[in-house]
Amino acid sequence: MGYPHKSDPKENVVLSEYFGDAGARTYDGWVERGGYKALKTALGMEPNAVTDIVKQSGLRGRGGAGFPTGLKWSFMPKEKTRAHYLCCNADESEPGTFKDREIMRWTPHALIEGCAIGQYAIGAEVCYIYIRGEFTEPIKVMQAALDAAYANGVLGDNAMGSGKKLDMYIHRGAGAYICGEETALMNSIEGRRGNPRIKPPFPAAAGLFGMPTTINNVETLAAVPHIINRGAEWYSGLSLASEKSSGTKLLSVCGNVRKPGNYEVTMGFPLKELIYDLCGGMPEGRTLKAVIPGGSSVPILTREEAEGCILDYEGCVAAGTMLGSGGVIVFDDSVDMVYQIMRLAKFYAHESCAQCTQCREGTAWTVRILERILAGKGTQDDIDLLLDLADQMTGKTICVLSDSCAVPVVSGITKFRDEFDAYISGAREPVLTHG
Amino acid sequence: MQEAAEYQSVFVGAAREKLDDIMSRYPTKRAALLPALWIVQEERDWIPEGAMIEIAELLDITAAQVKGVATFYTMYHKHPVGENFIQVCTTSPCNVCGAENVVKALLKETGCGELGATSPDGKFTITEVECLGACGFATPIMVNDDFLDSVTMETVPEVVARYRDGKATG
Ligand SMILES: Cc1cc2nc3c(=O)[nH]c(=O)nc-3n(C[C@H](O)[C@H](O)[C@H](O)COP(=O)(O)O)c2cc1C
Ligand code: FES
Repeated sequence: MGYPHKSDPKENVVLSEYFGDAGARTYDGWVERGGYKALKTALGMEPNAVTDIVKQSGLRGRGGAGFPTGLKWSFMPKEKTRAHYLCCNADESEPGTFKDREIMRWTPHALIEGCAIGQYAIGAEVCYIYIRGEFTEPIKVMQAALDAAYANGVLGDNAMGSGKKLDMYIHRGAGAYICGEETALMNSIEGRRGNPRIKPPFPAAAGLFGMPTTINNVETLAAVPHIINRGAEWYSGLSLASEKSSGTKLLSVCGNVRKPGNYEVTMGFPLKELIYDLCGGMPEGRTLKAVIPGGSSVPILTREEAEGCILDYEGCVAAGTMLGSGGVIVFDDSVDMVYQIMRLAKFYAHESCAQCTQCREGTAWTVRILERILAGKGTQDDIDLLLDLADQMTGKTICVLSDSCAVPVVSGITKFRDEFDAYISGAREPVLTHG
Repeated sequence: MQEAAEYQSVFVGAAREKLDDIMSRYPTKRAALLPALWIVQEERDWIPEGAMIEIAELLDITAAQVKGVATFYTMYHKHPVGENFIQVCTTSPCNVCGAENVVKALLKETGCGELGATSPDGKFTITEVECLGACGFATPIMVNDDFLDSVTMETVPEVVARYRDGKATG
């Protein structure tokens, strides 16, 4: 199993402080490290007051969309005549992203504590933690931690002696990226195919089992205990650039860097420093070609754009991309952009739930046309066709998986056009025989 | 004519108790469908048609609904697979770190020859999969329920040897 790197002085380790410290995995070890204090504090407050602190902290969803967490919680109806649910999204399948896995593997109780505080704030007696099926080790670690939390009275009918009922269960996925989309996730828990639902109704009105539901990412929920312990002001002050982005962010860096791994930095950290200092730069003799900074669904940056990009929600938008899930994919000058864009499109084609025509057909045809180009049989018309197709795939479907497939295609063609042209003109040898 | 082997129920004894416990966690019976399919796969290594019918009866849904769900999720095996089922991530982040070379080395070392085919000794089946959520530890592979990361062309022979003599763990 991969072991995390030692933290760099430029990092700001909050969530990742105990990554690599096996002692933090046990209940006793977690309590020794200050665990479950925040839950105790929260249980002594009014639920609304907990939500208010999270609102004031400026915490935004770490699952990709960056929606303000406290605001999301405040959408939950106050009447408690119906069951309310919290779903923790641990489906982590966006290419380039592997942070939730490490949170669960090393600090399972941090996630349980965050979920429990969230449950209390929104009035949910039950929380389902939806973990992707391939994460066999994180599932084992989380289950052991849940058992210990129940055994020590943290969870159950009288959570920490508060008289409140808090139950928490793991729901194991079974191999479907689309189940990370929040409404598909709810269908999957209900025992259905992971087809996203049309919104509205939004989950806070009618979500899991038709009841008011909040869905949050693992990293979002794991940040909550720190906010309760250290205060909203401390958290909102963690910001190097835009004040609309606060806190720390775990960045999963992968691809062509010397030291891939998870790095936790304060919001507003420069992407250039992340790649060249923290990750040790490019492999020997290589130079930087492109970066996808927020998981495969966000626009590709050229070297110049990447070197000027500030890592927070606003900084990424200013650079023409998005912070997304914080999965930083680095490509060096040896990478064939056309091939890798085809490979990403193939991911989306494989993962499309096939409900919407634009997505089902669009993702599959995008792959075929890209393969044709890679086989040396493409024409300039194929480029126009790809762009036209991308347009048809954007903003027209139930969820954004279709849009996400179009993103690397459009940004790739716009920014690395010469590589497409080289295959079409025959200047470059075909790399595929079919297509 | 060959007589169909009689179907043996999965949900008896401990497996049934496990399912009952799981059902108590949800307000509907149907919500126990994914966990029920997992129990079948743990017991039988794949999901036979008979098990789908059995689940349908237990959860008060139709066999078609069970099948619709079982076929949607790629981790449920709808056919028996080789003794060791190997899945290799070849999505872009792993791809640029040599994942396709890992696949080639695995095909050669196991004798499978091609993706999806079972090796002559019946011990291995290899498929490519999409992102396994461990992109910083390229190349991750799954062998049955074991998650191995940082596999390279060079370490493939050792990995294959470990699983050749029956299922190893970790
Ligand atoms: C196709 C698709 C896949 C997604 N996958 C994930 C995922 O694996 N994990 C995640 O937390 N959010 C994922 N999301 C985002 C969720 O729909 C949702 O916005 C998020 O879980 C909300 O949590 P947050 O507010 O804490 O970020 C995905 C969205 C889409 C459209
Ligand atoms: S791309 Fe291979 S694990 Fe994510």
